[in-house]
Amino acid sequence: MTMAKAINAGLRATLANNPKSLLMGEDIGDLGGVYRVTEGLKKEFGAHRVMDTPLAESGIVGTAIGLALRGYQPICEIQFDGFVFPAFNQITTQLAKMHSRSEGNLHVPVVIRIPYGGGIGSIEHHSESPEALFAHTAGLRIITPSTPADAYWMIQQAVECPDPVIFFEPKRRYWLKGDVDTETAGQDPFTASVVRAGTDATVVAYGPLVPVALSAAEAAAADGHSVEVIDLRSLSPIDFDTIEASVKKTGRLIVAHEAPTFGGLGGEIAARISERCFYSLEAPAIRVGGFHMPYPIAKVEESYLPDIDRILEALERAFAY
Amino acid sequence: MAEVHLPTTEFEEADAAHGNQHGVTDEPNADAEPMVSLLSVEGELTRDETYSPYLDALSAEELLSFYSDMATVRRFDQEATALQRQGELAMWVPMTGQEGAQIGSGRASKPADYIFPTYREHGVALTRGLDLSLLLRQFRGVSNAGWDPRETNFHMYTLVLAAQTLHAVGYAMGMARDVAAGLAEAAATIAYFGDGASSEGDVHESMVFAASYQAPVVFFCQNNRWAISVPFEVQSKVPLVRRAGGYGFPGIRVDGNDVLAVYAVTQWALEHARSGKGPVLIEADTYRLGAHTTADDPTKYRDRAQEDAWRLKDPLLRLEKYLRSLGLADDEFFAKVSAVGDELAAHVRAAVVTMSAKDIGASFANVYATAHPLIAEESAWQRAYEASFADAEGVAE
Repeated sequence: MTMAKAINAGLRATLANNPKSLLMGEDIGDLGGVYRVTEGLKKEFGAHRVMDTPLAESGIVGTAIGLALRGYQPICEIQFDGFVFPAFNQITTQLAKMHSRSEGNLHVPVVIRIPYGGGIGSIEHHSESPEALFAHTAGLRIITPSTPADAYWMIQQAVECPDPVIFFEPKRRYWLKGDVDTETAGQDPFTASVVRAGTDATVVAYGPLVPVALSAAEAAAADGHSVEVIDLRSLSPIDFDTIEASVKKTGRLIVAHEAPTFGGLGGEIAARISERCFYSLEAPAIRVGGFHMPYPIAKVEESYLPDIDRILEALERAFAY
Repeated sequence: MAEVHLPTTEFEEADAAHGNQHGVTDEPNADAEPMVSLLSVEGELTRDETYSPYLDALSAEELLSFYSDMATVRRFDQEATALQRQGELAMWVPMTGQEGAQIGSGRASKPADYIFPTYREHGVALTRGLDLSLLLRQFRGVSNAGWDPRETNFHMYTLVLAAQTLHAVGYAMGMARDVAAGLAEAAATIAYFGDGASSEGDVHESMVFAASYQAPVVFFCQNNRWAISVPFEVQSKVPLVRRAGGYGFPGIRVDGNDVLAVYAVTQWALEHARSGKGPVLIEADTYRLGAHTTADDPTKYRDRAQEDAWRLKDPLLRLEKYLRSLGLADDEFFAKVSAVGDELAAHVRAAVVTMSAKDIGASFANVYATAHPLIAEESAWQRAYEASFADAEGVAE
């Protein structure tokens, strides 16, 4: 099953099991979303449960907050990463704070799905990785799957969570195939997962870069380096315990993400792990990420996006200490 | 270089002509816009086919209570302002002058309706049965809310302008679903906002969504003429009520200082919304007699003459004239109302000075509804840090 189909199946299961859940977004009904993630759901559950909304992102999230206050569980789709900003105010000043400012009286379990990341040769505003902006906002939980199996379970777990959850979907992996066990409940979505064991260095990645990190580890193995790969899965909270255990063993840490390194999650992970693992580190933590520029034109995005070689280069630097 | 166009405080002739070319037939002047007004400044009641029946249903006691509500919240507003001046509150947001708009609309709502206020709806809070001292918790800095909205269906104050209008629409969409599913009686939300907030994009999006889903929401705009220091004419060249037509739902302009007209118009609008016919926009023409907040100084941006002109339209004065003319109220009644206000003021004062905040542990506890490792880590660190001082003090003693 592809990741897109897995999210679709997860949403179908949610709509079937939870009568208060409903999908909201632009073009998610008859069209099934621009990536067809919601294909067939309107036909199956009706326009009442799968709502094509007016074209207004603040409106989508703001009305979802109101629906949640009334006891519903809205799952919003933002069509592309670069179009979430009209809703940024509602997400950061309202959604993230409602539970806190109500002194715990109110719950707003809104889920916001956002396809993110580049590598698809698209025009501007369609390839961005804005996750750090949301991770910086207390009150939100942020998760991102890298496999169809995780996608299937994590979207359902996001809906079940009483806190607001932003669900970042790595859009260039929508067509990635993998087995999905729909019987055995998935791992806790707010924990990281060691997806390849190793002893010499730890590479932390999430979403679209997990397959890249795995390929880099495979290439490093050919050079005699045993590299452990961690799929972060949750960007807020971050499962520092899993990273700490790994780095205490390997002594080297590489963090890779598509988002720009400056002010990014890689810096946060590097700082925390430096504190926790100072005496185990053989080299400084190294970040691999986007440059400090607006996401570049499609024709040069290959030079911008971290790839296998960029991760191998970072590993070489780490091993050189 | 082309002439730079700056917003002015006047409706210009040139703009009027421009408007006409685009099908705006009326003079874009607020005074020319039809307005529902039932009780004159002289305290004389006129009849209106649509709205008077709502007033016919009122008992003498209810009429009197409209006055006492307005007088009580005005007294409360004075006390809160005094508390701020005395250093008990960080800030206060006065509402004096807007009692007619707030008591009239609030009294039209039913318990099952849900109210989304801005941060100035102290009068509406009173009509919902909220202990008004709770309003001060936010302004004293001991809470970011102050009350549990579920108890009175009166939502927390929202300080980010217009954000709550979308919440009101979404909540109303949920109400309509509950009614359709047989889970709840018909009810509506009221989304309060002001003339300043009307320029925010969220007001536009909320009206688009409300119209699209025919949500049972009443948009209640108190046009109090001033967004802090900026006059209404900078926000809009036409009365806001005309915008309703653009979204495809009814709009009613009402004399916001006529509590009876506001009550009747809001009753009509809520019935319209509850019956599944969709949203209504009410623009209540009123005036903020005081400052925007206690941090502001109206003498820097507006004429005393304008304030004086509006004092003549005081919502309390005209209802007093009407009640006296009917023989429903005498000096004794007004003295009693005044005493009730003083009692509330004393209660609020006593409550405020003893309000204290929970320590930062409660702030940690409410960030998320479920366990969160970063919260656990930071709160544990913070507790240990605080405790380290306690230990040190212990040693010193």
